[in-house]
Amino acid sequence: MSNGTGPTLDSPGATSLSQPIIRVRGLTKVYRVGDVDVHALRGVDLDLAAGEFVALVGASGSGKSTLFHILGGLTPPTSGTILIDGRSVTGMTNHERTELRKTTVGFVFQKYNLLPTLSAEDNIKLVEYIGGRPTEFTPEFVEILKLLGIQDRLKHKPRALSGGQQQRVAIARAIIKKPAILLADEPTGNLDSENSAAVLGLLKDLNQRTGQTILMITHDPEAAAYAARSIHMRDGRIV
Amino acid sequence: MLNKLILANLSHRPVRTILSVLAIAVEVTMILTLVGVSHGTLDSTAERARGVGADIIIRPPGSSVMSSLSSAPISQKYIAWLMQQPHISLATGTVVQGLSGFDSITGVDFPVFERMSGKFDFASGGAPVDDNDMIVDDYYARQHKLQVGSHINLINHDWKISGIFSGGKLARIMVKLPVLQQVMDRPGYLTVLYAKLDDPRQADTVAKDLKTQLKGYPIYTMDELTSLYSISNVGMLKDFIGVVIGVAVIVGFIVVFMAMYTAVLERTREIGTIKAVGGSAGLVLSILLRETLLLAVLGTLVGILLTYGTQLLMHALPSNLTQETVYTWWPIAGVIAIVGALLGAIVPGYKAVQQDVTEALSYE
Repeated sequence: MSNGTGPTLDSPGATSLSQPIIRVRGLTKVYRVGDVDVHALRGVDLDLAAGEFVALVGASGSGKSTLFHILGGLTPPTSGTILIDGRSVTGMTNHERTELRKTTVGFVFQKYNLLPTLSAEDNIKLVEYIGGRPTEFTPEFVEILKLLGIQDRLKHKPRALSGGQQQRVAIARAIIKKPAILLADEPTGNLDSENSAAVLGLLKDLNQRTGQTILMITHDPEAAAYAARSIHMRDGRIV
Repeated sequence: MLNKLILANLSHRPVRTILSVLAIAVEVTMILTLVGVSHGTLDSTAERARGVGADIIIRPPGSSVMSSLSSAPISQKYIAWLMQQPHISLATGTVVQGLSGFDSITGVDFPVFERMSGKFDFASGGAPVDDNDMIVDDYYARQHKLQVGSHINLINHDWKISGIFSGGKLARIMVKLPVLQQVMDRPGYLTVLYAKLDDPRQADTVAKDLKTQLKGYPIYTMDELTSLYSISNVGMLKDFIGVVIGVAVIVGFIVVFMAMYTAVLERTREIGTIKAVGGSAGLVLSILLRETLLLAVLGTLVGILLTYGTQLLMHALPSNLTQETVYTWWPIAGVIAIVGALLGAIVPGYKAVQQDVTEALSYE
């Protein structure tokens, strides 16, 4: 399925990119479940160049979600090094990881995770408010809203939107802060095939038009085909 | 934006919000009503005392200013004796029989009393003529639905209302002095003595002089007496208000604790989302505390409005309680409500702050 730059260095995920926006080396994550250590990641190496659209493909339990959470600064790694946009994520404090999420990483979740009490517009603006930036949409962002096809649905609350529309709002929310990297976790997992194709097409379009770096996690080869490159995970390793 | 989110959160669960506001409102109403009744009762007592027109008051030995009077241990002969004392221009006495609650019935020597305090201002009827005649003030008449000509049985005696007068004079229920003395089986004895001076500026001197001659009798000037009608001089009342405030804080704490704890559980995923998009723990806590603060402020405002409702109820019900609006206690009750509510938000807030983002995002 890989149809982009192939792995060339000491590990299948690592590449010869000169200035990667994400560089991961020897990443491990061990969870303690009761008395048992669960090795979710067993030494992951990964490089992503700025402007790439990469699919991280793997079965359930392969460690892709754990990698997603660590790259997004949602949870700390056990060991290894991670550089995102030149900043080392390893050893970051909670506060620093919050700052990372505020400025550098955008998320798109499988279940959209929009705040149900706010309108679509306010869901998007909340990110700007949290980031301490002006909440008014720029003309450039209005064009993106048009591209996403939600400019007429902004005043509606999530419950009044279809799944596809909610996911488009979630994409808008993720990219309004112009993050260095957009992380999408099974973005079409809750959508029918028509809406899935539309959302994936939008992500691809977004990547091509704006150069937004995207790392999409999926177990679906069809979804992965929209990305320029696919990386496969199994048993906590990139294969 | 944050205020919009807070308002949206509160309006998203209207029943829970309304119940929380009402519970805090009841807490505030409890405090304001108790304080209002305390002030109202003491102030109306002081007003009636001033309405007597006397300068000196002599109460039975062993009684305190706040104790209810229901005995007649003072000989009526003291009236003649008082009249012989320097500066005393007029003296009279009353006999008091306690009824249920705060009520009492007072026997009055009407001709002398009116010379001391001025004529009664009758809204209808007039002073007692027959032995079974009784006059009541407009407040008591309204509460007990009495009119001139109405009959009422008090202390196992049938009375007929002969007049309804404007309140603020000595007592709410009055009958002829000899009649009540007879009913109480204390002819020739009084409960309280009142003296009017030819020069009110001599009140302190005369009171001091009387104290030396009437050992054991509590003797007050009118200024002294009315200044003693305050909550701080009624130890039991002060303690009771303290207990009610304590209960109110606990009620506010429990209500807000439950409301916020449920909200945090219910919004686990949303809290995770806010943190995922860069919201700090402080921001999440701030949202919860602001919501709590808003509930407490709304509860305080509704509580103040409800206090006016209890005032109306107090008017409508046959009790002898008067409730005042004590404005100085509005902010105090508000602060008490806010403190109780914020205490209730601490544990849910801590839970929200401590929530792991990844777990919160996968919460179903």
